[in-house]
This record gives sequence, structure tokens and C-alpha cells, in this order.
Amino acid sequence: MAILIDKSSRILIQGFTGEKGTFHAKEAIEYGTQVVGGVTPGKGGSKHLGLPVFDTVKEAVAATGANTSITFVAPAFCADAIMEAADAGIRFLVSITDGIPAQDMMRVKRYLRRYPKEQRMIMCGPNCAGVISPGKAMLGIMPGHIYQEGRVGIVSRSGTLGYEAASQMKALGIGISTSVGIGGDPINGSSFLDHLKLFEKDPETEAVLMIGEIGGPQEVEAAVWAKENMTKPVIGYIAGMTAPKGRRMGHAGAIISTAGESAPEKTEFLRGAGITIVPAPSEFGSTVAQVLAARKR
Amino acid sequence: MDIHEYQAKELLSGFGVPVPRGMAAYSPDQAVYCATELGGWHWAVKAQVHSGARGKAGGIKLCRTYHDVHEAAKNLLGSKLVTIQTGPEGKPVQRVYVEVAEPFERELYFGIVLDRKAERVRIIASAEGGMEIEELARSAPEKILQVVVEPAVGLLAFEARELAFGLGLNIKQVAAAVKLMLGAYRAFRRLDATMLEINPMVITKDERILALDAKMSFDDNALFRQRNVGAMRDPSQEDPREVAAAQYDLSYVGLDGDIGCLINGAGLAMATLDMIKFAGGNPANFLDVGGGASAERVKNAFSVVLSDRNVKAVLVNIFAGINRCDWVAEGVVKAFRELDIRVPVVVRLAGTNVEAGQRIVRESGLPLIIAEDLADAANKAVAAAKAN
Repeated sequence: MAILIDKSSRILIQGFTGEKGTFHAKEAIEYGTQVVGGVTPGKGGSKHLGLPVFDTVKEAVAATGANTSITFVAPAFCADAIMEAADAGIRFLVSITDGIPAQDMMRVKRYLRRYPKEQRMIMCGPNCAGVISPGKAMLGIMPGHIYQEGRVGIVSRSGTLGYEAASQMKALGIGISTSVGIGGDPINGSSFLDHLKLFEKDPETEAVLMIGEIGGPQEVEAAVWAKENMTKPVIGYIAGMTAPKGRRMGHAGAIISTAGESAPEKTEFLRGAGITIVPAPSEFGSTVAQVLAARKR
Repeated sequence: MDIHEYQAKELLSGFGVPVPRGMAAYSPDQAVYCATELGGWHWAVKAQVHSGARGKAGGIKLCRTYHDVHEAAKNLLGSKLVTIQTGPEGKPVQRVYVEVAEPFERELYFGIVLDRKAERVRIIASAEGGMEIEELARSAPEKILQVVVEPAVGLLAFEARELAFGLGLNIKQVAAAVKLMLGAYRAFRRLDATMLEINPMVITKDERILALDAKMSFDDNALFRQRNVGAMRDPSQEDPREVAAAQYDLSYVGLDGDIGCLINGAGLAMATLDMIKFAGGNPANFLDVGGGASAERVKNAFSVVLSDRNVKAVLVNIFAGINRCDWVAEGVVKAFRELDIRVPVVVRLAGTNVEAGQRIVRESGLPLIIAEDLADAANKAVAAAKAN
């Protein structure tokens, strides 16, 4: 099963003919992902990588039956591309683009609410590494070979820290159902909570690893829900344990702004909600292994 | 990105927000000239630094004579102002703002923020201005009025009116406050601000409303379409190492340890810093080389990291996805050839093209310390820094 994407996902690449779109479309196809075409306004009617190119997402959806999309669109135009996909009936979208203005994302989030919940597009990112369901489909910029197919879900703000966790798990023979990057921006398409809910419902996911960082309310919000509703074990880590207060660390999202948003505070909150804490970032694999072993007993 | 008070006031007055009359000055003589041009009997001479709490730190002087203005400007200009927000090193005062001092009756608080939780713009107002809003939020949250703005329609007049009545204003003052609030909201949205604070917003003795102080921060991601705002950047207010890194489009934050760090991805960078601390060391910086790290970019990152003289060892930790380990390895080799590197360098590579990257490092003949994984990398970097 996995969540969000699998072999049946019919995928469009928005910003298909650009350098990044081309490179990662090739990687996705090589991984076995079902890419059905792409969109680049002005290049409709042509072929790229042997696949059809369309001017608009609506045309692409009508011609290919696409239900999923990934954007490699420049920051200034990306919010528009995301809303175009939502309006064309795309159900799941990943935005890799880094640098979208926060107020544009505010408009995107408002726009998505035009649609009733059952028709609303789910979005991951922006500024994320994407989503992979190992052995089934890859929608993002991650190195596919570091993920082993299996039964642990990962949801992470950071791309590279997610890679670190996945490779530690693979080294111990632990596989992944789906790994989701939600991105480091202050306003993002979907939150830790949204994905915990999906993993809880997914019969092929046994446990979930949640990798957060300093700043923002989403890890705590997810922990509150997990405590009351989650039947599967959750393992958590918050990066930035040693970050000085009030300093920005790269991500716009990684700002310690108000009380309760520092890594030690969040970590304590997660622990209090019954989440198993990864003691150091070199212990992702071993901590997940311990939790899985305890579950089997 | 932050700007100065006088710049924020210039922007806000363009959106109909009433501000006291004032002029910026770069010398004591110029400050006196400003005071004579502005007229009036009292002036405030205000240090322009990117920090709040300037008053308590002695950065705002009330002057009754031109001589006072001259003295105040002389004392402030060229000094470093240390406030509770700047850290002990303070921030340099390179300009002062000379403003007509307006006698006022009441001080109020007005702020606008981009709220991550609501994912919308939040307006905050309080009848208790002049003090730190965070303090008030803890001690008396009921005294803070809030409105979360529906982005499709923007701040509505009735919402501003409710806030103004909530602040205990009379009807004449309400009309003026509504005009200020709507103007400030328009400025916030039009200019891609992330924070706007008017503290205090005052009611003058003749019942006008004025923004007595103004602070604004902007979304770096939106500066491409806010050229006028971008032109207000003042590098003197930023860490020189961060300014140097920004020229190379690198995200750098200076810290106070001795292990220089060069990592891709903000999350992995923070986790690596944590790992160094757990291993008993102290990171000298946070540096995210980002995606698509070419050899040139890696070399530039080295030069930024090594510009910190406290650095006794460097740790390179790359988990390549969009990056490629061979490019990063070439960058490390290039840095060694072109820069004068006298400290041990620990390299940990993983992900895309890892074999090619490790081969380049091994066959370079350079004294690089290769690490197998994250824990190994942190331990080796800490040991190397201690031995050096």
C-alpha cells in the first residue's frame, strides 16, 4: 500500500523541460515511477523524454488521466503552478521549489480550501526533498538507492536528515513504506499531523519516524494528536538541540521565535506524549530497531 | 531582512500611516541642521540600529536645545549600542534619526506578524504599549487583542474598528487608528513583510495617532520583487561573516566554537552540530552549502568557514541527493589547492555518486581524514580539534 504514491500514481512534471525537471524526471522514470507527461507553458504539443508536453495542467489531466504532480517551477511562478494543479483536479502534489515567498504560500493554502475536503489536493513542500514509496514510486530529488522497501513510515522536515535516517535503517535491514518530506518553509502544504493520520490508516506501515526541527508548532500539534489517536508507535527526533536561541539556522522555518519552539522544549513535549526519542542523530536506525523489536515481543 | 526605524517610517508613511516628522543624520552637524529644518522645541535623537529596546540602552535622547542635539548625536554616532537584543558585542551606530518630539497622552501597542500556526496574517494590539509584548503575553494575555485576517479579503474596516474600540479609544481617535491600521496592513501585504511593529503607537495631546517607533522585517524569498526594500539593507548591522557568505549565496550562522562545519541541508546541518556537541566538541558555525554544490561553491564555503580564526578543524558532512559526492570531493580538493588550509579536515560523504567521491578524496594524496558515518565524523572532528 504505502501512502500518497505507489505504482498506480499517474505523474505529471510541472516545469518538465527545464534542466532540473528533466534530470529528476529521468531519475523517477528509471526508478519505475509512472510519469505520464509534463507541463511547460508554450511548449504544448511537443515531446520530451518521449512523453507528451502540454501548455496547461487541465489539458494534461484530460489527455493522460494524471492524478499526481511535482513542480520544478521557479519560485516567482511556483505558487501559481500549484494552484493551477489544484484547480485541474490533481490530488497529490510535491513542490521541490526552494524560495517561494511566504505570502504566496498563504494564498495557496487559502486557495486549496475552495475545494471540499474529499476533493482537496494534498500538497508536500515547498522546499522539500519529495516523497518516495520504496520499490513502488519516487517523486522527488532523493537518491532512491538508500531506501529499502519495508514497513516503517518516515515524515521529515529536512531532506538530507531524512536520507541519513533512511540509510541508517537500511544498514540494519529496516525498510520503509513511504518517506515524506514536508519541507522547511514557515508555511507548508501539509504538516506532520496530516501524514501521521495517513500512516495510522495505512495497513502496511507498522511504526512512524518523525524528524522535526526547531521552530514552528507542527511537531507539538502532531504529538498531541498521536497521544490520543495513534495505535502505532511513533519515534521522534528534533534537530537543533544545541542551537542558540533566537538565531536563524538556514531554513526560514528554523527560527526559534516563541516559547516552546526550541528543540529541548519540543523534545520534552514529544517524550511526554509517549513518543520514543532518538537520543542522537547517529541513532535513528538503532532506535527504530529497538522499537520494532519491542513491538514483536 | 531587517531595516532601520527611519526606513520603516518612510515606507509606512507612503501607505498613510502617520509618523512624527524626522530626518536621518550621519554627523552631529547634520543632526543640528535636521533639527533646525524640522523646527519645534524638542527633538528625539535616536540611534539607528537593528534592535528593539534602544531606549533602555541609552540609544534615544530627548533634546531641548541644538547644543543637546549636537552632543547626543556626537555620543551616539560611531558608538556600539548594546541592548538586550543585540548580544554583548552590540551594533554599530552609523546614523541617527532626529525627530520632532510630540507630547503624548497614551502609549499603545500595534503589531502585525505572519503567523505560522494560523498560516495567515495576525494583528496584535494592546492598550499597554511601550513594554515588551512577550512579557505582557505571559503575564496578562487577556490584555492582548488579536485578529487573524482572511487573506482573500484583507483586513476589514470593522475589524480595525473593533480593535480600536477595544483599546479604549474615543470615536475621534478610532477613526485615526483605523486609518493607521489599514495603512499598516496594506504596507505589510504589498511589501512582503513578515513582521511589523509599532511600539508605541501614541495618542498625542491634540488627539492624533502617531507611530512613534516602527520596526519591519521582510521575507528574504520575496526580495526579488521588492527592489526598494532590498536597497534598504544595511550590512553594518549584520555579522560580517554572514554578509561574506551571503555574497556566495551560502547560508551561514557564526557560533562560538572551534569546529568549522560545511554541510548540505539545514536539518542535517543542525543535527551534525548536535552530534559535535554530544561528542564533546563545539561547532564554530552553521553552514548549509545547499543543493547543487559545485566544486567552486564548496571552495567558497571553505573560505567562509576558514575566515573564522577560531577554527581548529573542519568537518565536511554531505548526504547527496540533488548534490553529487564527486562534485563535492572535487571542491574539497580545489579548496586545498587554492586556499591556505592549515587545519585538519574530516570528510564524510554519502548518497549520490558516493564511490566516485570517496575515490577522489582517497587518491588526492591530501591529508584528509575520511569518516564512515555521522558518529565517526563527529568523533574524528572533535579529536582533531583537540589535538590541534
